Amino acid sequence: MINYVMLSAINYPALIQYLAEGTLTVLELFFLTILLSLPLGLLVARLRMSRYKVIQLPVKLYLLIMRGTPLMLQLVFFMFFPSMVLHIPVARLPVAVFSFTINYAAYFAEIYRGSIESIPAGQQEAAYVLGLSPMQTFMRITLPQVVKRIVPAIASESMTLVKDTALASVIGVAELFKNATSLKATYASVIPFAVAAVFYLIMNSAVALFYSRVEKKMDYYKG
Amino acid sequence: MPADEILNVSHVSKSFGELDVLKDMSLAVSRGEVVSVIGPSGSGKSTLLRVVNQLERAESGSINVCGQVLCQNDEKGHAVYADKAVLKSIRLAIGLVFQNFNLFPHYSILKNITEAPIQVLKKNREEAEGTARELLRKLGLAEKESAYPCQLSGGQQQRAAIARALAMNPQMIFFDEPTSALDPELTGEVLKVIRELAEEHMTMVVVTHEMAFASELSDRIIFMDQGVIIEEGTPAAVFASENERTRQFLQHYAKTGL
Repeated sequence: MINYVMLSAINYPALIQYLAEGTLTVLELFFLTILLSLPLGLLVARLRMSRYKVIQLPVKLYLLIMRGTPLMLQLVFFMFFPSMVLHIPVARLPVAVFSFTINYAAYFAEIYRGSIESIPAGQQEAAYVLGLSPMQTFMRITLPQVVKRIVPAIASESMTLVKDTALASVIGVAELFKNATSLKATYASVIPFAVAAVFYLIMNSAVALFYSRVEKKMDYYKG
Repeated sequence: MPADEILNVSHVSKSFGELDVLKDMSLAVSRGEVVSVIGPSGSGKSTLLRVVNQLERAESGSINVCGQVLCQNDEKGHAVYADKAVLKSIRLAIGLVFQNFNLFPHYSILKNITEAPIQVLKKNREEAEGTARELLRKLGLAEKESAYPCQLSGGQQQRAAIARALAMNPQMIFFDEPTSALDPELTGEVLKVIRELAEEHMTMVVVTHEMAFASELSDRIIFMDQGVIIEEGTPAAVFASENERTRQFLQHYAKTGL
């Protein structure tokens, strides 16, 4: 009889170390993506809200493609298109960061847009009659109120991103899920997956805690 | 334009799609004058203020504020607006108090008032805060400077909004139904502030449904309906008007007690 869970055969320190290495890669992917996609998303939202169709339409197409096709497919495409079609060699990790960034920027853009549009028109009008410039109005009046409103949605997306990093395994990035998969093969055990699950949970607990702190910090006013 | 004339609106028209909100509207206001604009909802009262404050654009006609031309007709009769610098200078000459206050919810009351003087007029913080505190004291909000708008009653919020407009030291102030969003028991404190400004000879145009207030406070009352001025004169003259529409409107108010 084959026993798939062979506890005695597992070298735990080695297993933990290998999964911790994968976790570091997850953190790298996560922070780079957040750092790049949050500002990019804001830019995309502004372009999406442009009154010029020439700007609006390409942005709409970008949003449709990013949100309408699997992220896994996008990763594979950006990994193999440059090397196979353009004959430009690319490294796995930068491709993963690039793919995650432009994908998440699309989702963030729509979150920003929804929030920007929910700010009462009276806020802009008040700023306008007081003589604030459009840039001052956006940076000082609109954006701070937008930030407060988007925190819950951005928190959710961030937690999804932690889990979505597992998709980078399809282009061979040695992140947590891929490392767990190879350990499964080595030990013929599901233990590596269980440990990986715990690692993901710990990361997302930290993410959730961080955002709930941010939310509390912004609680000093209503509206 | 007479020497003491501060605002001149001449033959201004404005429509939203099919709807003509202002039809060939003309109005002049002298320095120190208090003008109340009354009339049914949708008569174009607010639009008149918003056009002068550049929140809406006139399609034709000319507007002159403090001797500066905001817009004037080209030979085809379309309103042509002044350049950006003039538009801004005119905007700063007029304070606007909104029906819904429109305070900035993420700023304290003090910061609501100092924001534009610091960012737009480039005043230093100490000076701006000094002026703001003086205004808050004058309007009975001295203890509220570090409160946020959400912590204030509607009447207090509206007084803070008036302080914010005054901090820009405008040539005149427009009030767009300043008490319409307030509970009846809170309108008094806001009207009192406006009355004090009138005593200081601040030039004001007040769109209002408070008939008793308009009658007591104004040098002149304008009754508007469907985008045109039906009647214009001293409160006594307008309230004793023989005009059918004016009488109907005033009777309606007398009846409902609004």
